[in-house]
Amino acid sequence: MSDYNFAYLDEQTKRMIRRALLKAVAVPGYQVPFASREMPMPYGWGTGGVQVTAACLTPEDTLKVIDQGADDTTNAVSIRKFFQRTAGVAVTERTSEASVIQTRHRIPETPLTEGQILVYQVPIPEPLRFLEPRETETRRMHALEEYGLMHVKLYEDIAKNGAIATSYAYPVKVEGRYVMDPSPIPKFDNPKLSGTPALQLFGAGREQRIYAIPPHTQVISLDFEDYPFEATKAPHPCDLCGDDGSYLDEVITDDAGGRMFVCSDTDHCESRRAAGHRGRMSPKENAA
Amino acid sequence: MAMITVDKVSKGFTLHNQGGVSLTVMRGASLSVAPGECVGLIGASGSGKSTLMRMIWGNYRTDGGSIRVGDVEVARAEPRRIIALRRGTLGYVSQFLRVVPRVPTLDVVAEPLRDLGMDAATARTRAAAMLTRLNIPERLWSLSPTTFSGGEQQRVNIARGFIHGWPALLLDEPTASLDAGNRAVVLELIREARDRGAAILGIFHDEDARAQVCDRVVDVTRFSAAA
Amino acid sequence: MSDTPLLTVEGITKTYGGRIGCAVVAFDLWPGEVMGIVGESGSGKSTLLGCLAGHLSPDAGRVVFDTRADGPRDVLAMSEPERRMLGRTDWAFVHQNPRDGLRMGVSAGGNVGERLMAVGARHYGQIRDQALDWLDRVEIAGDRIDDRPRQFSGGMQQRLQIARNLVNGPRLVFMDEPTGGLDVSVQARLLDLLRGLVRQMGLSAVIVTHDLAVVRLLADRLMVMKGGHVVEQGLTDQVLDDPQHAYTQLLVSSVLQV
Repeated sequence: MSDYNFAYLDEQTKRMIRRALLKAVAVPGYQVPFASREMPMPYGWGTGGVQVTAACLTPEDTLKVIDQGADDTTNAVSIRKFFQRTAGVAVTERTSEASVIQTRHRIPETPLTEGQILVYQVPIPEPLRFLEPRETETRRMHALEEYGLMHVKLYEDIAKNGAIATSYAYPVKVEGRYVMDPSPIPKFDNPKLSGTPALQLFGAGREQRIYAIPPHTQVISLDFEDYPFEATKAPHPCDLCGDDGSYLDEVITDDAGGRMFVCSDTDHCESRRAAGHRGRMSPKENAA
Repeated sequence: MAMITVDKVSKGFTLHNQGGVSLTVMRGASLSVAPGECVGLIGASGSGKSTLMRMIWGNYRTDGGSIRVGDVEVARAEPRRIIALRRGTLGYVSQFLRVVPRVPTLDVVAEPLRDLGMDAATARTRAAAMLTRLNIPERLWSLSPTTFSGGEQQRVNIARGFIHGWPALLLDEPTASLDAGNRAVVLELIREARDRGAAILGIFHDEDARAQVCDRVVDVTRFSAAA
Repeated sequence: MSDTPLLTVEGITKTYGGRIGCAVVAFDLWPGEVMGIVGESGSGKSTLLGCLAGHLSPDAGRVVFDTRADGPRDVLAMSEPERRMLGRTDWAFVHQNPRDGLRMGVSAGGNVGERLMAVGARHYGQIRDQALDWLDRVEIAGDRIDDRPRQFSGGMQQRLQIARNLVNGPRLVFMDEPTGGLDVSVQARLLDLLRGLVRQMGLSAVIVTHDLAVVRLLADRLMVMKGGHVVEQGLTDQVLDDPQHAYTQLLVSSVLQV
């Protein structure tokens, strides 16, 4: 154990964040301002998520950290190490074994269960920002439920691309009230936001906002009657585990047009391979 | 029962920007026009014929007395009453054509009918018939009358003034600057209006025209404040 | 003829510190009526319009609007959500500078469709059809529907702003110098268009301008302001042709004849 207070932040700060979290849970989808602290990492690296995670962790927790679905990328590795050092909690790469999961840009493929907390890192919490730059005005629009502008954005999408081309950070309406930015998760993950038994928390460090989706909350992706929402993914099975229902990353393998599609959720992919599933480009079994 | 009644009307102008000079131009003006009657206003230039006409139209304010057209007291009516009066009851052929520059002649003439709620197609058909009658060639119909000659503009104005069967009509020099053929058409229009029961008050410098259509004349010189 | 004014304005007063913006202005506006407000810069006409439209809060007075649901109500006493709802449904505001009234980063179709979506339209095809219909009505070619206002001329931008405001059939439109900053030839076209729309839709409008030619062609009634006070009002052609007040006489006689 280090000389840091448990989970780096001092107790008063964690208390302040927890109060913001309680308010966020009480008003699903509403952006609660909080006094975001300087963290020993740059903005954009998950300072908001880290503070929320720090405020939620207990010594008994098991932490999993993913970045774009992977447990082994820089951002995930450094945040996991950060909490190993400052909180001494157990860590895992298994979704099902984790009690707290901090994520950047994905929701794990394995369905979440009651008691789990999913913490999202959020760059820009305001879904109306790019249409209405005035924060005073967007707050008023939320307060008065004036969300016509959000559909203007989707309208523009269809007018320009023939379909709603927004493929990540796809706006949702939470429990029929607040329009919310689900952070830059692919829209493929949007249906998983709704009705999940786990608690979902969102932290935006630079913007100093916290919001939440409590368990079993209805979350609807905005759309038009004649252009309904579609959760899309690359139309391929995973080249390593053969799953055709998981979200895929496209990997360029050479400069002659070679490429492969692999699960973005590394834990999901490895679990399937361990269970004997194989894909198109799986290494040939040796001496089996 | 008269359609247009002018009773002891007075009018003055105060020129605030020319030393506050006050001029009284009319005093005790009284006349009436019954339905089916055409009355001509006479008097020398500057005697107040146009002023009186403009007061009846509601364009000039009336300082004293009463002006009734139908059941509206023009001298004291709210703007919206006067606008309604002009729309449905009182027609006016002025000497000047005042229109939005790019509107086609056909629509300029059809406009009073459109204001009364008639559909565009019917209104245009009626406007076309009126323009034909007044010898405005069809190739001009799609152009704005602002580019027309004086005589053509005057005929467009007349077409507009006779397009609807207003029960009261004010005519300010309707035959001025017209050739003999068109003059005859206008006089015919006036007679038709009178025969269908319109009360018509007009200024005609053209004595022959006056003699042809007017049932009687009123000399406004006797209302002139200078007199 | 209706016996309830659409808008009743009583004693509107607004001061800026010790300076008078506008003082005890009162009038009734009837359904289908267009009222012009003229006066030189600083006469208080824009302050008055701001107070009426809810952009400024007057120090005293009432602005009573005949609402569809509850009849006449003082707009200034409404809650903010109600007032903003009115601003998206029965009221519209056309700014002098189209940049203030349009979303410059959103396509023409999106600009026109916004008010529809704001009141719950959720069918893309229908929204687009209505946008096309309105672009046609303001004489913008349908193939420009996906272009942004930046790519439009000043006159087109102003027509787009008008379409955006009128698309969901408001009953009262406030216009602040709607033809200001446009070439005279473009002005004429816009005036003709506005006249036609006002008549077709039975709109009531309050138009602030310093251009007497504009009010002569558009307004049924005229109000002349000077130093924050209404010095004269009445039927438009009466005020212009037989002005009573010294200031109105000066204003009318100062217009250059072409």
